[in-house]
Amino acid sequence: MGAIYRREIGAFFSSAIAYIFLAVFYFFSAFFFSMGCLYSSTTDMSAVFSSMFMVILFLIPILTMRLMSEEKKQKTEQGLLTAPVSLGEIVIAKYLSALTLYTLGIAIFLVYALILAFFGTVSWTMVLSNCLALLLLGGAFISVSMLVSALTENQIVAAIAGMFALLILYLLDSVSSIVSWEWLSTLLIKLSFYTRYYEFTQGIFDLSSVLFYISVIVLFNFFTVRVFEKRRWS
Amino acid sequence: MIEVKDLTKSYGDKNAINGISFTVEDGEILGFLGPNGAGKSTTMNILTGYISSTSGSAIINGVDIFEEPLKAKKNIGYLPEMPPLYIDMTVKDYLNFVYDLKKCKLPRKAHLKDVCELVKITDVYDRLIKNLSKGYKQRVGLAQALIGNPPVLILDEPTVGLDPKQIIEIRTLIRKLGKKHTVILSSHILSEIQAVCDRVIIINKGKVSAEDTIDNLSKTISGDHRLIMRIDGAGKKDIIKALRDIEGVISVKADMMREENIWEFEIEAKEGKDIRYDINKVCQDNHYNILMMKNNEMTLEDIFLKITMGENVINNKDNKIGGTN
Repeated sequence: MGAIYRREIGAFFSSAIAYIFLAVFYFFSAFFFSMGCLYSSTTDMSAVFSSMFMVILFLIPILTMRLMSEEKKQKTEQGLLTAPVSLGEIVIAKYLSALTLYTLGIAIFLVYALILAFFGTVSWTMVLSNCLALLLLGGAFISVSMLVSALTENQIVAAIAGMFALLILYLLDSVSSIVSWEWLSTLLIKLSFYTRYYEFTQGIFDLSSVLFYISVIVLFNFFTVRVFEKRRWS
Repeated sequence: MIEVKDLTKSYGDKNAINGISFTVEDGEILGFLGPNGAGKSTTMNILTGYISSTSGSAIINGVDIFEEPLKAKKNIGYLPEMPPLYIDMTVKDYLNFVYDLKKCKLPRKAHLKDVCELVKITDVYDRLIKNLSKGYKQRVGLAQALIGNPPVLILDEPTVGLDPKQIIEIRTLIRKLGKKHTVILSSHILSEIQAVCDRVIIINKGKVSAEDTIDNLSKTISGDHRLIMRIDGAGKKDIIKALRDIEGVISVKADMMREENIWEFEIEAKEGKDIRYDINKVCQDNHYNILMMKNNEMTLEDIFLKITMGENVINNKDNKIGGTN
């Protein structure tokens, strides 16, 4: 498992993906930070965090597009699947490698918070819980788009279909507001990635939301393992 | 070492392989021979745990690949049809990755050095895999299979894409490996199987068509009833006539003049009939001199074609070849 993890991290940095991902992530976060905090003269970062939702929605499929599809295309998965590692280990190693890179991106918010600390008082619990929320949200996005990547051999297809899947999840809110059945709209709200994330940025730390994101991560990684397993059987 | 029983793999209602059974002894080199699409790679993929079988069992080194896949995989080094190479890595990084992936316990530096020297890739050790030629890539693939020194090596067409000199090198290497490892090797190049393997299994249309040592295989098929002789004596026609009179001879053909006034003859007798004594006698009586007599054994090519073309080869009770077609 460690071997696959290290190889994936290496592959992120030997291809351009890691640099592009981090550069775009830092650019937009810096943009929202300077607009939302520096120009508005506030130490409240919640607007910055809530704006990041859309950014990672488009960025994470780029991060994960290669993870599974390329193995299939280059037939390197044959090496992994005939090595003494389990399918679960393969998927988790790949998941963690993407999560590591994503965490490198999020870490910039601590730098921003430090900058703000020079000018005023920063609510550190807010910042840290927002970082945690962003980590959980991104973690869930990674697991979803990694499943998409496992379903195709083509990186571009993986990226676009991944963005599509994440956008659908985002749209659950809008759909919930127009459906007339009470139970369905409640259900959709409960499943909404955005509403739960927005609550965090507003300073509500909801343990059930934390569990929700963790469940999504576990569930979708499990699906990815099943996709691999199914391919062996058909 | 390897025990395969009734292996079947179906895709929908189509059987890729259908009830394949065989065993491989310790330290044996077994050849898989068969036309394209016969099921060689499918069988190998199942043995290495890459795909599952629909039914049947495969036991490798005492471990069932379906029951305890991780343990079984530790015993296998596999070179698939397309070597699983990460082309963006250097050979060094890649082999180190494989070393970690296989959780290898041997001393890292020394082991990797040994493997590289064995397959002769030391000079490209620091180069990116994508810049290597096909032959070198194939060797890196072989190196990858050898890491961890697994007791079983499964090689799917290991000499594809190599130049003739490399082919000979790799064959020699496989023979050498066969002393310490159990090897299964697939190929559709007949001479390769003949040069490397102790035993051969011919797979056709997902079934084992024939299984035997190469010597036995050609013997059982040709036997002693087809001879090539060089006879000195009277003219060509007289000799043919004399030979044709022997009981059991079906046909006699004069081939060409090999030496001054000496022809070579191809003699075919009824199956199972040994005519060598009779020929000797006839030649003695007519004062011919026999300069050469040899069994016209079928080459692996002949056997292969005969089996895969759907001819019912042999159905003798006591040989191992079952005419499954």
